[in-house]
Amino acid sequence: MMDLRELYQEVILDHGKNPRNHRFPEPHNREGRGYNPLCGDKVTLRLQLDGDKITDVGFMGQGCAISQASCSTMTQAIKGKTVGEADALFSKFHAMVMGEAGADDDFDSLGKLAVFAGVREFPMRVKCATLGWHTLNQALRNEGGEAKTE
Amino acid sequence: MTRPSAIAKATDAGFDVRRVRDDFPALHQEVHGKPLVYLDSAATTLKPRVVIDAVADVYARDCANIHRAVHLLSQRATARFEDAREKVRAFLNANDTNEVIFTRGTTESVNLVAQSWARTFLREGDEVLITELEHHSNIVPWQIVCQQVGAELVVVPMTDRGEITREAFEEQLSPRTRLVAMAHVSNALGTVLPVEPLIGLAHEQGAVVLLDGAQAVSHVPVDVQALDCDFYAFSGHKLYGPTGIGVLYGRERLLEGMPPYQGGGDMIRSVTFAETIYNDLPYKFEAGTPDIAGAIGLGAAIDYLRSFDQEAVHAHENAVLRYATKAFGSVDGLRLIGTAPGKVASVSFLMDAAHPHDIGTIVDSEGVAIRTGHHCAQPVMEHFGIAATARASLGMYNTTEDVDALVRALQKVKELFG
Repeated sequence: MMDLRELYQEVILDHGKNPRNHRFPEPHNREGRGYNPLCGDKVTLRLQLDGDKITDVGFMGQGCAISQASCSTMTQAIKGKTVGEADALFSKFHAMVMGEAGADDDFDSLGKLAVFAGVREFPMRVKCATLGWHTLNQALRNEGGEAKTE
Repeated sequence: MTRPSAIAKATDAGFDVRRVRDDFPALHQEVHGKPLVYLDSAATTLKPRVVIDAVADVYARDCANIHRAVHLLSQRATARFEDAREKVRAFLNANDTNEVIFTRGTTESVNLVAQSWARTFLREGDEVLITELEHHSNIVPWQIVCQQVGAELVVVPMTDRGEITREAFEEQLSPRTRLVAMAHVSNALGTVLPVEPLIGLAHEQGAVVLLDGAQAVSHVPVDVQALDCDFYAFSGHKLYGPTGIGVLYGRERLLEGMPPYQGGGDMIRSVTFAETIYNDLPYKFEAGTPDIAGAIGLGAAIDYLRSFDQEAVHAHENAVLRYATKAFGSVDGLRLIGTAPGKVASVSFLMDAAHPHDIGTIVDSEGVAIRTGHHCAQPVMEHFGIAATARASLGMYNTTEDVDALVRALQKVKELFG
């Protein structure tokens, strides 16, 4: 039996309904655009990078509760972090939602992002949870084009 | 071999869905601890036991290549393969088996016409006419060939109910239109297109017409001679047959004038380094060893379907569709996408409470399989200003109880997201 409450935790439902940082920051000097070809969801992420530090970040776009909540909690988690710290969070987050071996014991360091641990049991939804993060990666690298989940 | 006597027959009432359900092994399982409710037949239909057995029997008994060896197994495989072609011919009421080409599916059938007919005969300034509600498979092959030859792709807009009207079609049709490619039934919305008058109009302009029948073959009668279409494409796996096998019907006169689509294998009469002579129809278009078991499985699926009164099957499906449309109307915050009066088999919808992807996951946890996403018809989504819909689609085995199960699961969506 699958437990939907494991996936749709209160924090996810809350952030899905009322995403935080759902705005474009001004000023900003980086932009990433993400697209999930599976469902057609699109997200645009903009951030201000001062030296190595993400001083402001916000996103616009529409999607399912998982993708919206993931973008929302991500922007909260990375604000004030360095690029290296944000990269490290993405690596841990990715390992967690992919259910990679050895990822089991380390969720505490992810803070609020640990609510996405339930996604492991729903492989079809991993791309929803990682869309924002792939978009962040693209914005930080300032690559052209679109971040895709494929 | 398929024995018609072993196949469930229609009852006196016309159609006994309980007996039909017994014929589909995949229906009798639990998912996430709940009995499976399968409402995704527009993506692929489940397979009746006779089809599964026919495919297994090819590999277990008649496993040989066709049109090759003199040995008995090859003779049997060849006979069964060609027998399947005859079953397809009869199913479509084509004039001749020469007009029935086995492909990998609808997509390959459309690409075959684009690359063989259109690429050969279209010139700069010519127009290919499609509609706004097409599946990507009936858009992209035409974009590719239009780019290759300098032709223009013209699109008939649909109404906000998801219809293609005769008026809109006539407005886009012109003396430059050389080919019309359109769905017989929309995959995203379930709309049945008024293909007969549209084909008549296209022919008056001298255009050739291809129908994408992927969503039509299992839900509406198809008679290519009555329709008077020039090409008709469909997939076996949406007609209760195996994946990997499809059909292109083409008018013999047109097929004769077309160059081969791919080279190699069955499509050759003789080869020297100086010259290759192509095989006759339909083999000219069947390069390489085909999906032999798939074709034989498709033949078994057609036998199975034709063991029922087709009108009774369609009437049953339409009754369940009407029931579903009404039941969904009673769900608060649910909006139907595609409300054409002439629809079959599919209901696309949105809910205020949740995104289609979330709906899909939640109803899946209740054992109900539906499709969510853009259904490979992004221009349709764009028309309605949305990224995706949830879609419930019917097969001959679905019942009003299946619809009730989905409606209950949708209440669960509202509970969780409400």
